[in-house]
Amino acid sequence: MTTTSDTRSAVGPAVSAVAEPRTLTYSEAVREAMAQAMAADDRVFLLGEDVGTYGGAFGVSGDLVHRFGTERVRDTPISELGIVGAAVGAGLAGMRPIVEIQFSDFTAQAMDQIANQAAKIHFMLGGAATVPMVLRAPGGSGTGAAAQHSQSLEAWFAHVPGLQVVMPSTAADAKGLLLSAIDDPNPVIVLEHKLLYKQSGPVPEEPVRVRLGETAVRRTGTDVTIVATGVMVSRALEAAERLAADGVSASVLDPRTLRPLDDQTIVDSVAATGRALLVQEAPKTGGFMSEIAARIVESPAFGRLQAPVSRLCGLDVPIPYAPQLEQAAVPQVDDIVTKAAELVRRW
Amino acid sequence: MTLTTEADRAKHALTTMWTIRRFEEAVDDMFARGLMHGTMHLSIGQEAVPTGACMALSEGDYITSTHRGHGHCIAKGAKLDAMMAELLAKETGYCRGRGGSMHIADVATGNLGANGIVAGGVPIAAGAGLAVRMRGGSEVVVSFFGDGAVNEGAWHEGVNLAAIWDLPVVFVCENNRYGMSMSVDRAFNVDTLAERARGYGIPGVTVDGNDPQTVYDAVADAVRRARSGGGPSFVEALTYRWKGHSKSDKNLYRTREEIESWRERDPIAAFEAAVTGGGATAPALSESDVEECRALARDRVREAIRTANAAPDADAATLTDAVYAPAGEPIAGGTRA
Ligand SMILES: Cc1ncc(C[n+]2csc(CCOP(=O)(O)OP(=O)(O)O)c2C)c(N)n1
Repeated sequence: MTTTSDTRSAVGPAVSAVAEPRTLTYSEAVREAMAQAMAADDRVFLLGEDVGTYGGAFGVSGDLVHRFGTERVRDTPISELGIVGAAVGAGLAGMRPIVEIQFSDFTAQAMDQIANQAAKIHFMLGGAATVPMVLRAPGGSGTGAAAQHSQSLEAWFAHVPGLQVVMPSTAADAKGLLLSAIDDPNPVIVLEHKLLYKQSGPVPEEPVRVRLGETAVRRTGTDVTIVATGVMVSRALEAAERLAADGVSASVLDPRTLRPLDDQTIVDSVAATGRALLVQEAPKTGGFMSEIAARIVESPAFGRLQAPVSRLCGLDVPIPYAPQLEQAAVPQVDDIVTKAAELVRRW
Repeated sequence: MTLTTEADRAKHALTTMWTIRRFEEAVDDMFARGLMHGTMHLSIGQEAVPTGACMALSEGDYITSTHRGHGHCIAKGAKLDAMMAELLAKETGYCRGRGGSMHIADVATGNLGANGIVAGGVPIAAGAGLAVRMRGGSEVVVSFFGDGAVNEGAWHEGVNLAAIWDLPVVFVCENNRYGMSMSVDRAFNVDTLAERARGYGIPGVTVDGNDPQTVYDAVADAVRRARSGGGPSFVEALTYRWKGHSKSDKNLYRTREEIESWRERDPIAAFEAAVTGGGATAPALSESDVEECRALARDRVREAIRTANAAPDADAATLTDAVYAPAGEPIAGGTRA
């Protein structure tokens, strides 16, 4: 052995283990959660259009079909209502189905099974049955896929008692929240985001759960609380960075789960900063941030507000195709910076 | 009408197929070079279906189209520059850059629109047929869809409505053997989709979708029936998609040999052979006629790209003004509140 290689073997592994936590892309993290759940429990299976050999419309299921076979990574015809209904039935009869819908827009086809069946069966049957179904679907704009492939529909689902709604914004949460969703005896809608699939972040190798119903505090500041979901979380963090350089100190909160919603963490933060800027990609009218705004003003934080609660949302338009129009339709980092600064300076 | 013996028809069919092919190739190329945004579903290899089907239609007839809709749009007579402008996100595009490839419509030629939702157009076609019936019109509606669409609830509901109400609709299935990666062998348990039609009590045929004449014959038959009050029909046209489903397709679900074997059954090459004397009948076109059709298609597409490129980009300032149509006249007469 040469001296050089001695040095390397003595120092190399220890240092890299500490300095380089393992990173995965968001889509790899989703895949890993599904793989670990399927490996651990035979009842877990995945069904959806092109989830097998194709590897999923966004490549999320990838090689799972080679690891778990076509029974458990089940390609379906283009039949969203049928697929979700089959998952409801399989869940009722003892399985733990994960449904992938290629674009969250196509949950519209399956809405009866989601909203009238899955959401209500446990209640309607007086608790005699459960529907442990997970429905994963990517939402959001930014890919030029236009009006029927780009919506942010979280408010549709969050409005239905009986559903749980999850919006992971990091790779670690994509894995941890999905694992919790699979564990859960009730239906969970997991809204992934197309623009996040290729983003990387540290992800624990073990199947570490992230509990449903815990708002994450992504950054702590003193002047304004920015609450954001989905791809808006990273935009809010970038905005907070720029605001800091400009002397404005922002907290950034990511609810992660819209239902059940941890509003306490939000209310506490707003009580401390006195200002709330609520950012979503979805159109403003009837959006989920309206719910968060209401929770804030109904809480004791109302007395601490130094500024009106403010929403920054997508325009009330279908998502357009042209790139410059698509950008204009949803909040960008600049918009968040401007709005937050205005809120702090004006009030 | 025989497309292969009547020179004008033959030229029209050949030029239409070449125009679709050249348009799609140009789109493919611009997309690969990053000049086009979003995603594109190309119909290369399937040109005979829209060409044959639309030649069976008259002015005023309607179509509903799909995500793979450039061919339908062209065959129904759309302006290439407005199509290209739409794909290039220009204000002069058919949808002012708001819709893109999956939403191109040309209402003036009766094209009620491409559709981003598989089977989305099928019940819409039934509804258009209902409108024709209710206002005593004589138009016919052709609804294009793929083999993947026949497993959506919307498809079944739309076809059944048309059947029970005897609506003037022709359902044209472009069976290109795959819905994304799902092969027709795995997607349904019937041998031909024409059998599905029987389940709804309407006539159904399965034809060679790579031959515009055969498609024309089947659709023309169905159109005649629809126009004379005989109700809807179903035509399954067997064809093949040469390119991937969209930009994300790695073609993992089919073999190179399979793709190659279908490329050898090129609908355009076969039609050229037929019209220049490959068949038993007298040749309708000379080699130079064929060359002329090809050149015309190429030039039209080039010109469309040139015009579209010179047009202004879609304007974000007017983004919100197109969500609702302006109020019209009060329906029941009198004055509006
Ligand atoms: C309701 C719905 N589900 C899924 C999709 C995604 N998707 C778009 S095209 C397609 C395949 C359609 O196959 P087919 O109808 O045979 O038409 P082809 O693409 O072969 O022309 C799929 C799954 C969609 N656009 N809409």
